[in-house]
Amino acid sequence: MPVTTSGSRSILICSGKGGVGKTTLTANLGIALARQGMRTAVLDADFGLRNLDLLLGLENRIVYTAQEVLSGNCRLDQALVKHKLEPNLALLPAGNPRMLEWLKPEDMQTIVGLLRESFDIVLIDCPAGIEDGFKNAAGAAEEAIVITTPEVSAVRDADRVIGLLNTRGIKPIQLVLNRVRPKMMANQEMLAVDDVTDILALPLLGLVLEDEQVIVSTNRGEPLTLNGSNSPAAQAYNNIARRVCGEDVPLIDPAKVRRGLRAKLGRLMQTKIF
Amino acid sequence: MTLRDFINKLLGRQPASATTAKQRLQLVLAHDRSDLNPELLEQMRREILEVVSRYVEIDLEEGDVSLETEDRVTALVANLPIRRTKPLPVHESNPDGDVHGEADPVWTASQA
Ligand SMILES: Nc1ncnc2c1ncn2[C@@H]1O[C@H](COP(=O)(O)OP(=O)(O)OP(=O)(O)O)[C@@H](O)[C@H]1O
Ligand SMILES: [Mg+2]
Repeated sequence: MPVTTSGSRSILICSGKGGVGKTTLTANLGIALARQGMRTAVLDADFGLRNLDLLLGLENRIVYTAQEVLSGNCRLDQALVKHKLEPNLALLPAGNPRMLEWLKPEDMQTIVGLLRESFDIVLIDCPAGIEDGFKNAAGAAEEAIVITTPEVSAVRDADRVIGLLNTRGIKPIQLVLNRVRPKMMANQEMLAVDDVTDILALPLLGLVLEDEQVIVSTNRGEPLTLNGSNSPAAQAYNNIARRVCGEDVPLIDPAKVRRGLRAKLGRLMQTKIF
Repeated sequence: MTLRDFINKLLGRQPASATTAKQRLQLVLAHDRSDLNPELLEQMRREILEVVSRYVEIDLEEGDVSLETEDRVTALVANLPIRRTKPLPVHESNPDGDVHGEADPVWTASQA
């Protein structure tokens, strides 16, 4: 069991399936929480394929990693990379992929325990899959955010992960639905939000629309929440951050994102008749 | 069923793909969650039918044992239409031995 450091939270961001938006969420949520005044650490637990540094634009400032901290070759504060524009946010970079050969859940617990001494919130960017990488990361978290897209394979994998998190006693577990396309949903060519939350039986923490700005911001290494963008995904990430802090922010209704006659017709066609 | 599904059905069209996706997911997750493979389920189905047919005559073609899931609870649902009740074999635990065919043919066992 992870050590409880009073008031500090450790949240695992996981999905099962790869490429559904874990790292993008970690980066944007991390920045958004930091901007709300939370001292926030983001831990890249994807030692095999690290990317969090890149999404945060911090790849050139890494000197030490979690590996040197664990082996005692540097102090934690030497390995942490503070964000220049958002000093409340620090990244603990993933070590060399060779670490996977010896890394154990206890090691992750040690790292997260250290982080929780000096941060209000620790976000753990989990690798895809349900093997050792996932187990190591999950062993260090008290809460979890499961992210999925409205596609059968992603939802199925999310379900697997939720089962594993449940048996570990991790809670709360909340859901983020990513890459939502309102038009496809209206035409019932994409699983509806309610379908996914019913199937997975998790409370919905947020809905993120499919948004080209996500790619633009990734290109620059500047998360959308950093530069005050007002794009749909930016709003969603900011709202998720506020909900994580306990604020009651209404969810957007994907059906209301679209206007006009076609949208109205789409809504009518979605009416449940029996 | 949504209005769109209903219209599609009237016109003999395929249901909307989201509807199909939901149904397929519910089925596959019921199996994933229970960790029962189709072979084990089939074996269990045969054994359940065997036991039940000792007491009542059931329609073996119509008999169906399947997994359903809702709210992360998986249920084993057996739907066994009864043709008629058999004269009960003498059995210690049920000395009266008189069972009538009116019984609800749906028998459900739930497990969290
Ligand atoms: N809401 C969105 N709109 C558009 N593109 C998105 C959105 N969310 C994520 N993406 C894109 O999806 C891809 C995968 O995202 P990301 O790297 O965050 O996923 P991941 O779950 O961390 O992947 P991995 O399992 O490999 O670690 C990226 O190219 C990202 O830009
Ligand atoms: Mg990632």
